Amino acid sequence: MQAVFFAAACISVFAVALICVFLFKNGFAGISKIGAVEFLSGTVWKPRNGLFGILPMIVGSIYVTAGAVVLGVPVGVLCAVYLAKFCPKALYRVIKPLVNLMAGIPSIVYGFFGLVVIVPIIQETFGTSGKGLLTASIVLGIMILPTVISVSESAVRAVPESYYEGSLALGATREKSVFFVVIPAARSGILAGVVLGIGRAIGETMALIMIAGNQPKIPDGLLSGVRTLTANIVMEMGYASGLHREALIATAVVLFVFILIINLCVSALKGRG
Amino acid sequence: MKRTTELKRSVRRRTKEYRNSPGSFILHILLILSTLITAAVTIFIVGYILIKGAPNLSPKLFAWKYTTENVSMTPAIINTLLMTFLSLLFAVPAGIGAAIYLVEYAERGNKFVSVIRITAETLAGIPSIVYGLFGYLLFVIALGFGLSLLGGALTLAIMILPLIMRTAEEALMSVPDSYREGSYGLGAGRLRTIFKIVLPAAVPGIISGVILGIGRAAGETAALLFVAGTAAKAATSLFSSSRTLAVHMYVLLSEGLYIDQAYAAAVILLLMVVLINLLSEILARKIGRK
Repeated sequence: MQAVFFAAACISVFAVALICVFLFKNGFAGISKIGAVEFLSGTVWKPRNGLFGILPMIVGSIYVTAGAVVLGVPVGVLCAVYLAKFCPKALYRVIKPLVNLMAGIPSIVYGFFGLVVIVPIIQETFGTSGKGLLTASIVLGIMILPTVISVSESAVRAVPESYYEGSLALGATREKSVFFVVIPAARSGILAGVVLGIGRAIGETMALIMIAGNQPKIPDGLLSGVRTLTANIVMEMGYASGLHREALIATAVVLFVFILIINLCVSALKGRG
Repeated sequence: MKRTTELKRSVRRRTKEYRNSPGSFILHILLILSTLITAAVTIFIVGYILIKGAPNLSPKLFAWKYTTENVSMTPAIINTLLMTFLSLLFAVPAGIGAAIYLVEYAERGNKFVSVIRITAETLAGIPSIVYGLFGYLLFVIALGFGLSLLGGALTLAIMILPLIMRTAEEALMSVPDSYREGSYGLGAGRLRTIFKIVLPAAVPGIISGVILGIGRAAGETAALLFVAGTAAKAATSLFSSSRTLAVHMYVLLSEGLYIDQAYAAAVILLLMVVLINLLSEILARKIGRK
């Protein structure tokens, strides 16, 4: 019977191996045909003309993620600190389920919300199409909140109470104790939460595709349209064939490598904390 | 009476403290503001879609068969149920089995255990679109399933496996060792102890993980688009292409003609998510009370 449980435990190892093999095998075929340099640093994506440069999408993914981090992380971390250190119990029983609910909302619904609420607002304020970097960053900023909040909250809670009490005893206010003693002590955990949020943002697909505009060029402003690596795959996979399809799978490989790097960062941070 | 004077005293003390240190006051305001923003955004998203969307729920949308005229979502709902159920069928036994191995059998410091943990964490971090492409390459192309319910369910199963594994592991670990020792002391073997003592005690925790898995599987779009396809009929076999409700919503939106119907689909999806969260919350409170 132990063998059965052991086999079950091996499934995740097996699955990761399978994913690596299938993605890398098919992706590298595409990359080697296009040429790695041309693929990664080309700025023109025109599959019909045989031009497969994904730099605009890499930049797009990075911009959108950065925007989400700028908007979502401060709110998320502060909210986590409040929940862990200041929140009255009765309020906590309301806020915490809301955060969990936020984590459960499907990304397609977030995208739809962005489309019917945020896009029109941006449209009216700036007189553009409303779909672009800013809209995408706002929605993604909201979407990473639950990840940032729950990881940071447990990091803050994991700091020994004696640190906080010691600081209080030295005459610091509660806020100063938290910001200058507890948060520095919890920083690697909080950072792990931020990095996990980055991972969520960079891998987000369905929400972005409806609100980011999806033009395959490097965005030149907050309001211009942007296409991410993920959107590139979903938009064209349906009808792609031949080298085009291989190029899309190669796009997924690039995304996968990003995620692996992010995962490594998270486990390094957790190991320290 | 006593409480109000106490309250007054503490308020007076706080105001004095904040007068001496305005920075602390500002920090406190920022903390409250962030929390309020988070809560308000969540309530606004859910409320807006439910209130604006509910009037779009018409009986036509629940017609038994999909036609381009009624754009019924009943087949999509049926497919969602089938897909979620199938993926749980694969992921739950595997996840619980893995958790049992990690908690009950693996020895401390076993190198292989850390490999399992790292791969499970990796799986949890992989974006759904990458799962989608993987499922496409493996199930649709390499195994020749074509666009199928089964391929979709297997892809989802891998996706929710780490979630179920982790929650089951935590649930098993929270069962006190005295239970196990008591069982051994009465002469039960290891297997009997696991199935008769440890697992029953861990059930609520395991179920709350499973419920979260249901939520994730039922709301998934990107992973299914190229594996299960977008056929608008209820699946008749494991190998028929079938769109779930989330995919249905995406297809409606990308066609651009059916905003009202997309609203209705969003309402159903959200109601489902709210329900799932309520269930897991109730379960979690039950465990907490014990």
